[in-house]
This record gives sequence, C-alpha cells and structure tokens, in this order.
Amino acid sequence: MAKETQLRLEPLLWMLFSAGGVVTAFLIPVHLFLFGLAFPLGWIKAPEYASLMVLVAHPLVRIYLFVLCSLPLFHWAHRFRYTLYDGLQIKHLNEVINFCCYGGAVMGTVVAGYLLWNIH
Amino acid sequence: MKSSGTAPSYTPYHPKWYRRRVSTYWWLQRGEYLKFVLREMSSIFGAYFVVITLVQLYALSRGPQAYADFENWLKNPLVIALNAISFFFVVFHTITWFNLAPRAMAVRLGGKRVPDLLISGPNFVAWIVVSAVIAWFLLRG
Amino acid sequence: MAETIKLEIARFSPERDAAPRLETFEVPYRKDWVVLDALNYIKDKSDGSLTYRWSCRMGICGSCGMMVNGEPKLTCATFLADYAPTPVRVEPLRNFPVVRDLVIAMTDFMHKLVEMKPWIIRKEEKPLSEGEYLQTPEQLDIYKQYSMCINCMLCYAACPVYGLDPLFSGPAAIALAQRYNLDSRDQGAKERFTTLSQHEGIWACTFVGECTEVCPKHVDPAGAIQQYKLTAAKEWFKSMLLPWGEK
Repeated sequence: MAKETQLRLEPLLWMLFSAGGVVTAFLIPVHLFLFGLAFPLGWIKAPEYASLMVLVAHPLVRIYLFVLCSLPLFHWAHRFRYTLYDGLQIKHLNEVINFCCYGGAVMGTVVAGYLLWNIH
Repeated sequence: MKSSGTAPSYTPYHPKWYRRRVSTYWWLQRGEYLKFVLREMSSIFGAYFVVITLVQLYALSRGPQAYADFENWLKNPLVIALNAISFFFVVFHTITWFNLAPRAMAVRLGGKRVPDLLISGPNFVAWIVVSAVIAWFLLRG
Repeated sequence: MAETIKLEIARFSPERDAAPRLETFEVPYRKDWVVLDALNYIKDKSDGSLTYRWSCRMGICGSCGMMVNGEPKLTCATFLADYAPTPVRVEPLRNFPVVRDLVIAMTDFMHKLVEMKPWIIRKEEKPLSEGEYLQTPEQLDIYKQYSMCINCMLCYAACPVYGLDPLFSGPAAIALAQRYNLDSRDQGAKERFTTLSQHEGIWACTFVGECTEVCPKHVDPAGAIQQYKLTAAKEWFKSMLLPWGEK
C-alpha cells in the first residue's frame, strides 16, 4: 500500500482504535462476566434459549451486537500491529502485519454482520 | 550529513561513536514497560471475547440443541480459566483506559483545565451504570 | 551515616574502547550533594578526563541529563542521599549515540526540533505601529505547560518507541510543536500538520507515557501527542466531509 494512502488512513484507523477501546472498556466486562463466568458456573441462572432469541430478534439489539463484535476487533488490530512493531521489532514485515491485523478485523466484522443478518 | 545503518537519520555518521542496540526484551527491563505491554496485550482478550460471541451467535442461529452444546462447552474448566484470565485483562483495559482518557482530551471549562479525576471518575460511574443496565436486560428473562 | 559513597560511571573513549565500561569512584558523601556535585568532585580530584555536560546546575538549562541507576534524570536535581549507601550508577542518556564517557550526540533531536518549526508563524506580520499581540491569561494557560520544556531529552531516553525507531520525532519535538499550535498568536498549524502527521510523527507513539513520568518540568508530552492525534483526526474528518474546503 502506498505510503500516502497509508498516511491518509492512519487517522481513521486511530479513531476506530479509540472507538473500539471505548466499547471494550464499557461493554465487554459485564458481558464476559455473565456469559463467561457467572452463567456457566451457575452463580446466576442463565437466560433460556427462547428469551435470548427474543432479545436478538430486536433490530436495535442486532445493531448493538454488531457494534460489540466489530469495534473491539479494530481496537485489537491497531494495538496488536504496534505491539508487533515495537515488541518484536519486525517493522520490515509491516505489510504482512497490517494485512493480518486489519484484515482479521474486517473479516470478523463481515462474519458478525452475516450472522446477525441471518439469525432467526 | 546523512547516516547509515540503524542510527537516527539526522545524526552525522561517526564510526567510533557507540550505539547501543535495543534488546528484544526491552519491555522486561523496567516495570513500567512491562505494565505497558500488558496493557496493550489486553486488547487480545477483547478480541477473544468477540470470537466466542460470534460462536455463540452462530450456535443461537442453529437451534436450541446447538446452543445447549455451546453452553456445555463454556463449562469446560479450561474455557472457564481462559474466561477468568480474559475478564481480568479486560477489566485492566477498562481501568487503564479511563485513567488515560483525561490526558488525551484536554478538557477546559471556564478557562481552566478540568482535573483528571473529574473526567475519569464519571467514566467509571457510567461504566457501572451501563453494566447494570445490560445485566438487567439479560436477566429479566 | 557513611562518609563516602561509590559512583559507578560509564567510561568510553572512542579511540581506545569498543564499548563503554563502568569505572568505580569513591566520593565524600554530603547530604546536600547531587550527582553533579559528585561528578565535579571526581573531575577535580580523581580523573580530569571524565567528560560530561552541565551548565546551570539548577534544572533550567537541560544540559546534565544522564541515566542514574537506569532512570533518566537531571544530575543537578538528583540527590546522592536518595541512593546512599548503595552505589550510584551513572551512564550516558539512553537511545542516543555515545560520543565519549557521559556525552551523547544530540544532533538528531536538534534536527527534529527544527522540523517542527518551533517559532510563531504568521501569515502576515503585524507592523510595529499596531502594537503588541495581545493574549489573555486564559489563552496563555492553554499552551503554557508545553512551553516549560528545557530540551533536556530525558523523555527521549525514556521513550521505548524512540529507542526502537530512530525516525520517530519524539516527545519533546511534538510537545513543542503543540506549544506553538496552541499559541493564539500563531497561525502555522497547517504548516506543522504535514510533519506531525507523518507516520514517524504522532502516529508512531503508542502512549506508553514514560516521557511524562520522567519530565523534570511536568510538560506532559504524552498528553500533548494524544491531543494532537485527536486534532489530526478532526482534520481528517473535515477533509473527508468537505473536500472542497480550503487547501
């Protein structure tokens, strides 16, 4: 990717990183606590399949879930790319890194969109 | 005079000046650097959460039996352990994010800079409120 | 209370050595002495060939930055009493090439600073007859913190990104660019924008925050860089949404 295009994208990538950071900070802890620990361990009764499907049927919930599933991926992509630059000092592989990181985020977003569009 | 090799680009090249090479383990050499790298690594656990949520949505779309299998998989001790570690790191992200936010936004009111705690404090409160609201939505059945 | 304290000082002579080595000196311990006093004592009494920079000895010139026990410090502001009785290790500032003993080459920083155009830029100078530029205390407060920089480069020694990527503009240079961007008398933000939004400008920074921790003048360069990222992002929005706007 030409350096100029990269430079023009950088502010956008940073804004996606910031938005993803906000979503991760506000929303993920409670979701992870409930679905990852409290429900499986039986601390709190897990919602039934039927009630979850009712929730997911609502378009606003689908939009919420789409945001929840895409922005944190962009947050990860941007941070991980820079960690690889600085931590492993492999900046010379930056094309591969960018492709894997942002490509992964885009792919996850597409999967999320597809799943949420088709769920019924 | 441009320099060659790994020297800073505007330093004149002098063959006898000593240039220390930064170790690959630079981040282990100081506590502050290690905390920084852990903070950056916390984003991986956020991505992990997204992945299991996508798996969960897929299971939901395939019917009650598939979802029951997914819930059973979640009860696997290894998965629980991974979720516990992820939860710790995601909360670590939240705390470091809110503490850094005021420095990134120079909020000025009435000509003076708002103290950092007045920015991070409300963020923490909002976090608790939002979490409570989400929990209420999920638990009301 | 010990009567002497040991200093382990990095010595490097480019003609003689391939790499720096530590040499131990013993100096009298005085409660009110700083590391710079100890260095001056060594140069006076033990080894006149010890080479280091210093000037004001009161924390305003920015000359005496060195690594003291692995932390970037101004040696005129670092008390021996904080380390006694353990030996104090003094090394040249990290992330810069070492010229000799404790002296580093700072040409990289000087060049990057100039690239930031750290002076008031006006589209048109006001003629003298119109009087001074007026500035309220509120307008001063916006950039005053960033004007306190003494160019001591401790932030560059603390910044891991600068150590890993020598092309990075660095904390002090960007903070000084912000000092002028935020000055109400300045009209040069657009000119600085190109240099700052290079990949080795603000975008290489990952907000480690160590630069702010070590700054002896509380400039908060990390904050300045993040705030400019926000500014650059806003500029990007404007250029995307209003491409026909002013070039």
